[in-house]
Amino acid sequence: MTVNRTGQEKRAPRGVARSFLQRFAAAPHVVWSVLFIIVPLLFVVYYSFTDREFAFTLDNIKGVFTARYMTILLRSLKLALIATVVCLLVGYPAAYFISRLSPRRQKMLIMLIMLPMWMNFLIRTYAWMVLLQDEGIINGVLEQFGIGKLRMMYTEGAVVLGMVYDYLPYMILPIYSVMTKLDIRLVEAASDLGCNSFGVFRKVIVPQSMPGVVSGLMMVFVPSVSTFYISQKLGGGKFYLIGDAIETQFNANNLHMAASLSLILMILLLVGMFVMNRFSADDAGGGLIP
Amino acid sequence: MKKKRSLPSILYLSLLFLFLFAPIAVLIVFSFNEGRSTVNLSGFSLRWYKNLFSDEATLQSLCNSLILAVSSAAISTVMGTLAAYGISRMRRKYFKGLLLGVTNVPMMNPDIITGISLMLMFVFTGTLLGLAESLSFATMLIAHVTFNLPYVILSVLPKFNQMDPSMPEAALDLGCTPVKSFFRVELPEIMPGVMTGGLMAFTLSLDDFVISYFTKGSGFQTLPLLIYGMTKKTVTPKIYALATLIFLSILILLILTNVIQSRDERKQMKIQKSLNRDPVADKED
Repeated sequence: MTVNRTGQEKRAPRGVARSFLQRFAAAPHVVWSVLFIIVPLLFVVYYSFTDREFAFTLDNIKGVFTARYMTILLRSLKLALIATVVCLLVGYPAAYFISRLSPRRQKMLIMLIMLPMWMNFLIRTYAWMVLLQDEGIINGVLEQFGIGKLRMMYTEGAVVLGMVYDYLPYMILPIYSVMTKLDIRLVEAASDLGCNSFGVFRKVIVPQSMPGVVSGLMMVFVPSVSTFYISQKLGGGKFYLIGDAIETQFNANNLHMAASLSLILMILLLVGMFVMNRFSADDAGGGLIP
Repeated sequence: MKKKRSLPSILYLSLLFLFLFAPIAVLIVFSFNEGRSTVNLSGFSLRWYKNLFSDEATLQSLCNSLILAVSSAAISTVMGTLAAYGISRMRRKYFKGLLLGVTNVPMMNPDIITGISLMLMFVFTGTLLGLAESLSFATMLIAHVTFNLPYVILSVLPKFNQMDPSMPEAALDLGCTPVKSFFRVELPEIMPGVMTGGLMAFTLSLDDFVISYFTKGSGFQTLPLLIYGMTKKTVTPKIYALATLIFLSILILLILTNVIQSRDERKQMKIQKSLNRDPVADKED
């Protein structure tokens, strides 16, 4: 390990030399990270560019860029994006309202938000299957009111609903946590200087909560775009997403195709994260504090 | 700023919690249903619970899940705590940043990619070594430790950074060996972070489906994998019973940790108060 070899004399704080333990405590983790994080990702690249005999080929990558997979990719992006926006629209006011409550109530409500999150998402998704099915509770209620049965399962709407339900807490929690750290003096200053409450909200609260919003957006978007269970169960396999495509290739033991689909998804998300970070960096400098 | 609760906010939050809990409530109610229907309640019965427990696979997979969660949490907590210690003492900024960046990869990457990438490596090395089956309990354990590590490190590292550096120095000056100082001074100080990290690792591992799905060996079934198998077939209220039990255990666990937490906070407040007290007055009592 070449973890910490040089620069001791120059940068040693208070002249204390580091002990063996201090130098090598992180070594197992470094080895682990290389072996089980970096190397597996290299394997994704390796499998993407090889065929079953491990000879170099571009066929897998070309295979991703066909009409079939492009439709799937675009559909994944579309549904995940809708789910993320809905989560933001629903979650932002929720986080704001909760952060205005008394500390004891806040603690309780946050616990309640986390409670469904701790249940396995398979069960959460399954619960909606029970509710939405043709013979389910919602249709039962609708029939009582004489509206008649609605077809809710196996629609794009059901898939989006599943994503929103499963991942909404991931949006609320980060936004809530920045809301609680909000500098209340800025709010007071703005209202003292003649801002109405909407102005305060738009000019003071929203910019300050941006870091929470950005991490919330990512925490909802990433699992939504890569899901395969939700689309299988609530979409009934009719709305194939990129996650379904990867899973199908995996089950068909077509690992090279699964790898190239994963690679494309990963690159897409990296680009997305990069763009997001640029956006949030711009917003942070957006005239709140000069 | 109004600090008072307003009617719209109460209404909004009520609707939100209705949305969050209605599906779970329905599952719980119907788990006690006599019949198979999910629309009509035909009477109270514990039939589905009996059904669930008469099935050996349920208990077996619960047991497997616990074994996996405990062992992966233990390994990742020890390794992660040591790593956080090393990282907090690291002097080379570049290396530190790079290492933290790599550590966070399994947290930022979609689970499916973490699962697929590990699976590819396991399958490749398995074929290389000529193993009959490349995936096993060991591969699943490795995968779980890998995705648990960032959570442990992220909850322990701040504790090391917040710690007063003069404490371990004093211990060393007074003749402690670095290892002794780590166990006597540093470890007690960072214990809350270690506990949070370990608990988080345990629950994440217990809950994980996607990564387990791609790295599972044939003979080892965890609870989420069992649920996946159950939901593949037709609707059976057995799953409702299982969901109800899981919900109740989470509820109890959450309440317990909350109680312990608030007790800890109270203890801390007491300590703070006693520290602020006049030392002369202290001697008198």
